[in-house]
Amino acid sequence: MISYKADVIIIGGGIIGCATAYYLAKNNISVTVLEASDYIGNGGSSRNGGGVRQSGRDPRELPLVMYGIRNLWPHLSEEIGVDTEYHQDGNLRLGKNVHHREILQGLTDRANKVGLDVRMIDGDEVRKIIPYLSDEVTVASWCPTDGHANPLTTTLGYYKTARKLGARFYTGVKVMELRKVKGELRRVLTDDGSVFEADQIMVAAGYESRKLLGSVGIDVPMTRSLLEALVTEAEPHMFDQMLGTADADFYGHQTKHGSFVFGGSSGFEGFNKDNGTPMTSSITAPAICRGIMKYFPDLADAKIVRTWAGWSDKSADGVPVLGRVEEVPGLIVACAFTGHGFGIAPAIGDQMAKLIMSGTTDIDISALHYDRFKAKI
Amino acid sequence: MNTLSDRSRDIGEFVSQPGDEMIICRCEEITKGEIRRAVHEGMFTMTEIRRYLRAGMGLCQGQTCSKLVKGIVARELKVSPADLEPATSRVPMRPIEMKVFANENEDEDE
Ligand SMILES: Cc1cc2nc3c(=O)[nH]c(=O)nc-3n(C[C@H](O)[C@H](O)[C@H](O)COP(=O)(O)OP(=O)(O)OC[C@H]3O[C@@H](n4cnc5c(N)ncnc54)[C@H](O)[C@@H]3O)c2cc1C
Repeated sequence: MISYKADVIIIGGGIIGCATAYYLAKNNISVTVLEASDYIGNGGSSRNGGGVRQSGRDPRELPLVMYGIRNLWPHLSEEIGVDTEYHQDGNLRLGKNVHHREILQGLTDRANKVGLDVRMIDGDEVRKIIPYLSDEVTVASWCPTDGHANPLTTTLGYYKTARKLGARFYTGVKVMELRKVKGELRRVLTDDGSVFEADQIMVAAGYESRKLLGSVGIDVPMTRSLLEALVTEAEPHMFDQMLGTADADFYGHQTKHGSFVFGGSSGFEGFNKDNGTPMTSSITAPAICRGIMKYFPDLADAKIVRTWAGWSDKSADGVPVLGRVEEVPGLIVACAFTGHGFGIAPAIGDQMAKLIMSGTTDIDISALHYDRFKAKI
Repeated sequence: MNTLSDRSRDIGEFVSQPGDEMIICRCEEITKGEIRRAVHEGMFTMTEIRRYLRAGMGLCQGQTCSKLVKGIVARELKVSPADLEPATSRVPMRPIEMKVFANENEDEDE
């Protein structure tokens, strides 16, 4: 049992919590991160597909991810002392038929409307970028400024550097409740009876944020759904792009190590057994393999060495919940990243740290406010 | 199951030692010195070591080196190896070709 004071407490040691802690510690703010699992980054942050994408994103969150891709990702490896393996070689979303073309055209038009460079290209142009793709690929949307990175080294790199700068991290400690003192949020109570106190408290606990926010009367409509991924043995270098398909058969990339990391779905993601830990189901990885082989016949012989699953914290409208909660002075929230919180994480950490230190952000986050959810009539 | 761990607790400075250049994880060519240094950078668990360094993430998935890695990490943290949880093993237990894995729902045709 401990009792501890800091300027800022962050609940959740995923990439969002670790990145925010880093940008705070860099500015000499005393910050403590409380992580329920025994491992830093053991949630979605260590289980994701590594996509650093702008294309396909909702205009409400697009400015944040564009800010991160312009200003933070390019020099992140040097900044946090790890190889983030960041590649900015573009994202291809592949299609094979008229129906796919319609989907891709819709995505492209929406992206262009908000000023993001996404183009429609034909099968031959696609194979100029990646010659290994099947001849059945006839169309793709192409976003040249998208990319991918290594979620493991990036998350742990933020942790390691924040820690080195004096941020305190506790693992294996679950926050049970937020507690106000004289109308302001001041304390968090943990499962072992410890009390941590701070002037500002940020909730970045993924899906579990809902329960924590509930302890001070705030509700964020979200649910959790299972996402699955797999990795192959190392293969000779084939391509550096991030890939997806119009039909969402699979997505993924080849890592620096040579292995391919691919994610995908069986269609039952919202209905998986939930025994508390994210478990792979026997039908998903084979479905991902079938999806991949439809586009990359050459990969049929690549060996899968590992499969895994992770939770996605899905918000009711598909974009995160971000910023100050005015009803509860001292409370900041950053959750509900809905399966795409990795690529945007550096921008979130940077901007949440600014919000905590100065009360404002450079990028307008008002469309992501917790109070936006209204009944349909 | 979970135990409180203060990641800022003092485990002493990293000092290089003879033998640091020894390769421990042969699949990924990770040395003893890299593992020891990672512990001092805050990677206090087998799971974090694996994710940070790729030790035990190669073809054999740690079946050869995980005991050795555990011993090294335990010594740096001054705890017993029995106190360290192993990293999770995952499906499939042996590498398996995509085309074989993909066949899972075609039993009826055989
Ligand atoms: C298979 C898969 C593929 C994905 N692919 C991509 C991709 O390609 N690109 C992309 O941008 N995103 C992707 N994502 C999503 C991305 O991983 C997440 O959005 C991102 O990691 C969210 O980070 P986080 O810190 O909010 O959440 P998490 O990493 O889940 O961290 C939340 C932390 O809070 C802790 N916690 C929970 N409750 C408590 C409590 N009561 N007290 C203390 N701590 C608590 C948890 O243990 C956890 O460590 C994918 C996710 C999955 C699962």
